[in-house]
This record gives sequence, structure tokens and C-alpha cells, in this order.
Amino acid sequence: MNNLLEVNNVSKNFGNFSALTNVSLNIPKNSIFGLLGPNGAGKTTLIRIINQITFPDSGNVMFDGELLEPNHVKFIGYLPEERGLYKSMRVSEQALYLAQLKGLSFLEAKKQLKYWFEKLEISDWWDKKVQELSKGMAQKIQFVVTVMHRPKLLIFDEPFSGFDPINANVIKDEILQLREEGATIIFSTHRMESVESLCDNIALIDKSQKILDGRLSEIKRKHKTNSFEVGLITKQKTALKKLISKRFDVTNADFKSLEDNLKLNIKLGLNDSSDELLSFLCQNSSVNHFKELIPDINDIFIQTVNNN
Amino acid sequence: MNHLSLIIKREYFAKVKNKSFILMTFLSPLIMAGLMALIVYLTSLNNEKERIISVLDETGFLNDALISTKYTTYNFLEGIELQSAKIITNDNAYYGLLYIPDLPLDLVSEKIKFFSKDTPSLTFVNNLESKIESRLKEIKLENSGVDLSKIENAKTYVNLNQESFQGIKTSKVSSFMKLAFGLASGYLLFMFIIIYGNLIMRSVIEEKTSRIIEVIVSSVKPIKLMLGKIFGTSLAGITQFAIWVILLGVLLIISSQFFGFDVFTTPQQDVVTEVMNNKINNSELQAFINDFRSLPILNLIIAFILFFICGYLLYSSMYAAIGAAVDNETDSQQFILPIIMPLILAIYVGGFTVLEDPHGPVSIIFSYIPFTSPVVMLMRIPFGVPLWEQILSLIILVITFMVIVWLAAKIYRVGILMYGKKPSYKDLLKWMRY
Repeated sequence: MNNLLEVNNVSKNFGNFSALTNVSLNIPKNSIFGLLGPNGAGKTTLIRIINQITFPDSGNVMFDGELLEPNHVKFIGYLPEERGLYKSMRVSEQALYLAQLKGLSFLEAKKQLKYWFEKLEISDWWDKKVQELSKGMAQKIQFVVTVMHRPKLLIFDEPFSGFDPINANVIKDEILQLREEGATIIFSTHRMESVESLCDNIALIDKSQKILDGRLSEIKRKHKTNSFEVGLITKQKTALKKLISKRFDVTNADFKSLEDNLKLNIKLGLNDSSDELLSFLCQNSSVNHFKELIPDINDIFIQTVNNN
Repeated sequence: MNHLSLIIKREYFAKVKNKSFILMTFLSPLIMAGLMALIVYLTSLNNEKERIISVLDETGFLNDALISTKYTTYNFLEGIELQSAKIITNDNAYYGLLYIPDLPLDLVSEKIKFFSKDTPSLTFVNNLESKIESRLKEIKLENSGVDLSKIENAKTYVNLNQESFQGIKTSKVSSFMKLAFGLASGYLLFMFIIIYGNLIMRSVIEEKTSRIIEVIVSSVKPIKLMLGKIFGTSLAGITQFAIWVILLGVLLIISSQFFGFDVFTTPQQDVVTEVMNNKINNSELQAFINDFRSLPILNLIIAFILFFICGYLLYSSMYAAIGAAVDNETDSQQFILPIIMPLILAIYVGGFTVLEDPHGPVSIIFSYIPFTSPVVMLMRIPFGVPLWEQILSLIILVITFMVIVWLAAKIYRVGILMYGKKPSYKDLLKWMRY
């Protein structure tokens, strides 16, 4: 069994509003899975179904080869987007309480909590009340609460909101390390740069339907337009551009460089290879910039959603 | 430890450790005892005030009727005009002037006047009136040749010795005792529901506003969270109540020592004791004790516990559902009113109809309707309700309780994850079907 979680044809309606329509997803073990989609697409509903907070009208969810059931709750850690803590309760007390609700014994919970507090260097918050903490500090506690029972599946909904760049990085490293240690992670966010740097697989949900999914690298490959960004050093810019236009599809490009060079985006035809382009350019000028234009996930997101 | 006991524990300690809860627990009995002591003190002060009343009796009818007591002195003025009598009374700062004009016996009763600076108290006026009335009546009777001693001898008091066909003796006193038990348990339930139902609701709202709810329901089922909250808060409530009862008792004893009088024998009680001594002879006291013994004590205690718990749980689960449906306490008002209404109705039905006729149709019907039955049935039971009626009423209550908890849990499950919009009743119905 390579998938930790399989979502099979899940549909969910709230009255006349359909939140999910026939959504199927496979989430491979030990990977980071990006769950993307515009606001109101149905991501939160799907996450709540995986957490057994709501239940699907049809379809099912398999967890580690078994039909999802209440006992699986202790193997899942969930950091919701709408999150908070009891304001007048001590940090340690409520972390221990929440960990015990996830099935940890009191002693085990205490051990784990100490481990994480030392790891994140927040041990002196132990006896503080949440209302004394800043928003970022409270977010850190919530992260610890999510991971301290060592779940097989971690679900993070906008985990970086409320963090400064330094702390966001700390959390990012922790997430990566959790994957190293064997956890599977579902990651829902609107920050495309963190999707880019973290996710192995993604799925895009829009208007209650899944419109795209797969390995991030493959999706990118599928969406690439076979275009290259080049910088050429030449004395006759206009003549050179004309020459290249005869052979390839050329538009002006804009990027930063130290030289005053001719900047072009060149799109290859179906039968052209990048080697051909490069040797053609070398014959006619001196090349000081050559880069394949890979669509970033942001473009793919916008493009796919708009097409839908 | 399982989820439910964990939640109960947390809810209990969250309430009990809360500063305002602690403050309320220890301050309320202090305030109450203080108020009670103050009222008792002021009452005694009022009664001990010495009053001097000038009496200008131009007829001489009242000479023997008005006898000065410790606190009230009658100062008879003679041979002066009303005008100068008024001046004397006012100058000496007497309490007032009673004026009986010189008129024939059958006309004078209409013309008697009382002058005073302030409006005299109703009790005082009644007291004075009855004294004058009885004196004038006596004179009239004597004038028509009636022997007063014969009338005195002819006075008869009747006190029916009540007994059921099974031979169980009761009396008016025992009716009062039943009434007291019924009212006390009904009001206790009412207070408990209002105070701690609200507390449950607020604690649900707190979880919503602090946004911790989604983290928790990803670990436990919402119905467990709801029940845990209800039980935890109720235990905290019972703790608070117990502390109140104990503290109030202790404080009453202390304050009675401190103020130098016995709070258990207020002036009013003196009167009551006096009346009791006069009217209730020894055999009746014996009957009173018998009445107490013959009350279905075991039945009362068991019924009280069962109806109290079921009634309280029924209402508190509705409070929890309301808390889940709204975002803040102001929005909760429109939903609370329909819950309070049957409760108030129960208290009214209990307070009037049941005491008037504990086994009449209205009493019986309301002791079956689950929203009023805890209060009404508890008030009826001291008057003797067949066991099958109690059990039937309890079964209806328990079934309703389970249905309501089930529905409340549905509202709760959806409501806790809804933010922003204030729901309508239509929304609540929709949530129940999700």
C-alpha cells in the first residue's frame, strides 16, 4: 500500500449547495501533498471529512488501507485555519489536555511536550496563560499541539499565517523533518512559493471539483510551453532579432542583466530541440543568458482556475 | 482516561479555578447573609421605635380600649379643643393624634380621625382600627343588653382533623410543609437551570470565539464534548451550591452572635410562636411530627433526584445548542426566551394550580408535559401521586431528553463550525437535517 490516504468519489452537499462533487485523491505515504484551490472551493470541507468532523454524503475515505473510522483520529494531527486556544488556561495544561484527547497518556504527553518545547526553545512559556502570549507565540504552541502525538498524517491549513519570516522558516524546517521521520503531510495554503518549495504532489480543487492533480514536477512539465529566455550580446540587435524570427517564434523579454544585451523569449516548434536553438544562437551571436521558462505554480493555478 | 472524563475534568476545573466564579462562590453568601441580617436588624429597629399617640376622646368610649404597651404610649388629652390638641401633639413631636368627636354611638364610627405628620404604616392603622372597632362593638352589644361573658364562652374554634381513607392523618400544617417542599424544589430546579444553563452556553460560545473548537472536534465527537461540558459545568454548579449552603449556614450563626440577637426568632416569629402556643395544643404538635414522618420521604428524595437531573439535563442541552448556534451572548436572547417560557409557566402552574388542586386536570397535564413536568411533578409529589404516574412522567421526560440531546447535538455539530452569521430558526431546522 503506497497511499496513506485514499479519497474515493467523495461528494458532500449542504442543502442545495454542493461543497464537493465526486472528488478522488490519492496521497502517497511519506510525501507532502499540497491541497490548493480558491476560497470556497471545498478544501476545508474535504479536510473536515478526513478529520471526521463532517461526513460525506457519498464516497469513502481509506486510511492506511482501512475504511476511515473514529479510532484513526489519534493517527491524524490537524492544524485548522480557524484556530485558537483556551485563553485563560495555562499553555502546558491545555497542550497536555489536547494531547490526551488524541490518546496519549498523561506521562507520555508530558514527555513529548517537554521535547518540543526544548526543541523550539519555548520552555519558559510552560506556565504562561495563552492570553499573555503574542499571536505568533500562540501559533507555535498550536503547531506543537498538532504534532506532539506523532501522527502518521498531518494536515496543515495555512500553517505559516501569523509567523514572521524567521519563525515561518523554523516551522517549515520542522515540517520537512517530520516528513523525513515518516509522516505524510497534507498542506493547504494560498502561498504558492511555499507550495513550490515543499510539495511533492498537489491537487487543485475549484467549485467543488478536483480539476488537476499529480506530481508537482509532472504538472509543471505538462504546463511548460517549450519556451526559453535568452540574452544575446550583439552590436546589431534589430538585425539579429529579425534573423531569429525567421526560424523561431520570438517575443521581447524583460529580465535583469549586467550587460546591455538583446533579451528575447523564444518559443520552440514541436520538432525543435533546445540544442538546435542554442547552436543556432551561438552561430549568430554570443549567448550570456539561456534559461528554460518553467511555469510556476502560481501561473498554473490561475490559468487552470480561469479555464475552469 | 477516556475522552468524556477528560472533558468533564477540564470543564470542571476551568469553571472552579475561574476568578469570577470563586469570587461569586464566596461573596454571594456573604452578601446574602449581610442583607438578611440587615433586614432583620432594620425590622427590629422599626418595631422597637417608641411611639406616643395623643388621644382626644370626646366620647370616653375608648378609655379602657387603648392600653399603653412597651413601644406605644397613649396619652389621653382631656378638656381641650381639637385645635390645641393638634398643636400639643405637633409641638411634642408625638407620632399622631387620634380624635373621636362627641357624637352618638351609631354615628361616631364614621367620623373618627387620625392626624399625623407622616403617613402611618398600614399595620399600625389596621391595629388601631381593630382596637376601636372591637371596643365600639362591645359597647353596642352591652347597650342592647347582651352579656359579654356569654359571648366569650360561646367562642368556638374548629380545626378539621383530616384523614385519608387509608387512615393517613394530615393537617393544614402538613399541607404547608408539602407546599414548602414543592415550592423549594421547583424553585431550586428553576434557579439551577437558569444559572448553570447560562454558564454552559457561555462556555460553548467561548470555545467558538477562541476558535479552539475545530481542534477539539478533530479529536472527539461533538456530542461527547457537549455532554462533557454539561456534566462538568453541573458538577461545578453543585460544588458552588454546596459551598453556598454551608457558608450561608455558618454566616447566619456568626451574624446572629455578632448582632446580639437571635436571627431565628425575629419579632415576627415571636408572634408566630405566640399564636402557635395559643392555638396548637400538644396533640397537634404530635400530629405535626406525625405528618412529617408520614410524608413519602424516600419517594420524595428519589423523585427529586431523578426529576431534577433529567429536567436539568433537558434544559442544559438546549442551552448548549444555543451556545453553538450563536457567536456571542447578545445574539442568544431570541433563542433563550422560548426556553425560559415553559419554565416560567411551570413555576406559575406549580405555584398556583398545583397548590390549589394538586390532582386537578391542569396539574396532571402539566406534570406529564416534559418541559414542565420536572417542576410541576416535584410540586405534586408531596401531596401523594401514584407511583405509576411518576414513572410514566419520568419515562416521557427521559425520552424527550434523549430526543432533545440528539437534536441539540446536531445543531451543536453544525453550529460550532459556523461563524459570522446569526442563524434563524429556519437555519436551525436545516442543521438538524444535515
